[in-house]
Amino acid sequence: MKRTAFFEMHKARGAKMVPFAGYEMPVEYFGINKEHLTVRDGVGVFDVSHMGEFWVKGPKALEFVQKVTSNDASVLTKGKAQYSCFPNGKGGIVDDLLVYRYDEEKFLLVVNASNIDKDWAWCNEQNTMGAELENASDNISQLAIQGPKATEVLQKLTDINLSDIPYYTFVVGPIAGAEEVIISNTGYTGSGGFELYMYNADAEKVWNAIFEAGVEEGIQPIGLGARDTLRLEKGFCLYGNDIDDTTSPIEAGLGWITKFVDHKDFINKDIFLKQKEEGVTRRLRGFVLEDKGIPRHDYEIINDQDEVIGRVTSGTMSPMLKQGIGMGYINKGYTKFDTEIFIKVRNRKLKAKVVKIPFV
Amino acid sequence: MNIPENLKYTKDHEWVLVDGDVATVGITDFAQGELGDIVFVEIETEDEDLDKEEVFGTIEAVKTVSDMYMPLSGKVMEVNPELEGQPDLVNKEPYEGGWMIKIQISDSSEIDSLLSAEDYKNLVG
Repeated sequence: MKRTAFFEMHKARGAKMVPFAGYEMPVEYFGINKEHLTVRDGVGVFDVSHMGEFWVKGPKALEFVQKVTSNDASVLTKGKAQYSCFPNGKGGIVDDLLVYRYDEEKFLLVVNASNIDKDWAWCNEQNTMGAELENASDNISQLAIQGPKATEVLQKLTDINLSDIPYYTFVVGPIAGAEEVIISNTGYTGSGGFELYMYNADAEKVWNAIFEAGVEEGIQPIGLGARDTLRLEKGFCLYGNDIDDTTSPIEAGLGWITKFVDHKDFINKDIFLKQKEEGVTRRLRGFVLEDKGIPRHDYEIINDQDEVIGRVTSGTMSPMLKQGIGMGYINKGYTKFDTEIFIKVRNRKLKAKVVKIPFV
Repeated sequence: MNIPENLKYTKDHEWVLVDGDVATVGITDFAQGELGDIVFVEIETEDEDLDKEEVFGTIEAVKTVSDMYMPLSGKVMEVNPELEGQPDLVNKEPYEGGWMIKIQISDSSEIDSLLSAEDYKNLVG
């Protein structure tokens, strides 16, 4: 089992540690609901060092990124980032990722921890044009500082004006005593804040500086449990639950990161274009439970005739709404907003309604 | 960890308060701590006669769903009505406000099979 550079700090703060994607990671510190609300109302810090980072460099860098990802990387100017996915050649998704344009001929791809080996093999296999690829996953630590008070805390630790860094933009510079940190206005909580990528050697220093700076704002460490409930309330997909090798980005509502433009050819462009033009037989949708209960991954979605019309991909009790919420693939005919559906929870049939995401 | 001496326990981390032929049942402080934030308690077996070790309900934490088992055979006489609105009582007061059900005990000889506080302490060590 691997450990991140923050392992001892998690232990010192009483984290409950669990195995996740080959790492020992903190799942919670003081209760998932309280951690969730800390991020929604204040500021929390997540160790996301388990995420994978691949560098793509050289004169073929853009060509490579354009081929393997669904979004249009040519629109990224230096210092911009975008959400994207790797199509798998069969109309499914290898992984979802962030693409950072570091320089004209230098990109950083940030991938899910559980997929690092699979993604690395896939990228190498597809690298027919000869871009320079480097897997830096083990050398980089990452913290996500999220919540409405995140900027206020981080601003105490850097001369860079953080309010000059718009959403999905980043700068590289000194913060919290470390000289070279990627300061990225991104996150997986929908509550604002930054993600910081740093060298492992700077990790402890940066962690301590952030927690000292955030005392007044009530800063707290947040575990993977709340990371999941926070992302689900905003309807963000989780690879392995809501998207995987069998789901297309069009079905998943990720048409907005699937760009059919003349100057970009990419893996599965034809399949996805056909799906976009002709429609798909199922769609990823959000729903709220109107009966009491909690939808969970893999529960059946049924209609009033008890016919199976879909499957839950993610579900939880929303800490903000105090109501069961979820997402799932639902067959055509039942995907309109406000459609009444039912979730099969053990031996019960709970009433639910298709709604627009985000939930909060 | 709080393990009151006056209660009996099961290996499934339930506590039992026996008072004559009525048993009050809940989950232990250890169990609530392991589960984390309890967000839903579902018990739909009121008035049913169930055997020892049958499932009487489920308890849902943010990330997990766990069944709860009858510590003794009998009829589920009463379900704690407070848990519907305040499932977090199970976290806050596992031995008081967070009780789950009351059972009309049908076979009092089964009481001997329950664990003492000391046995349970050894179990969760």
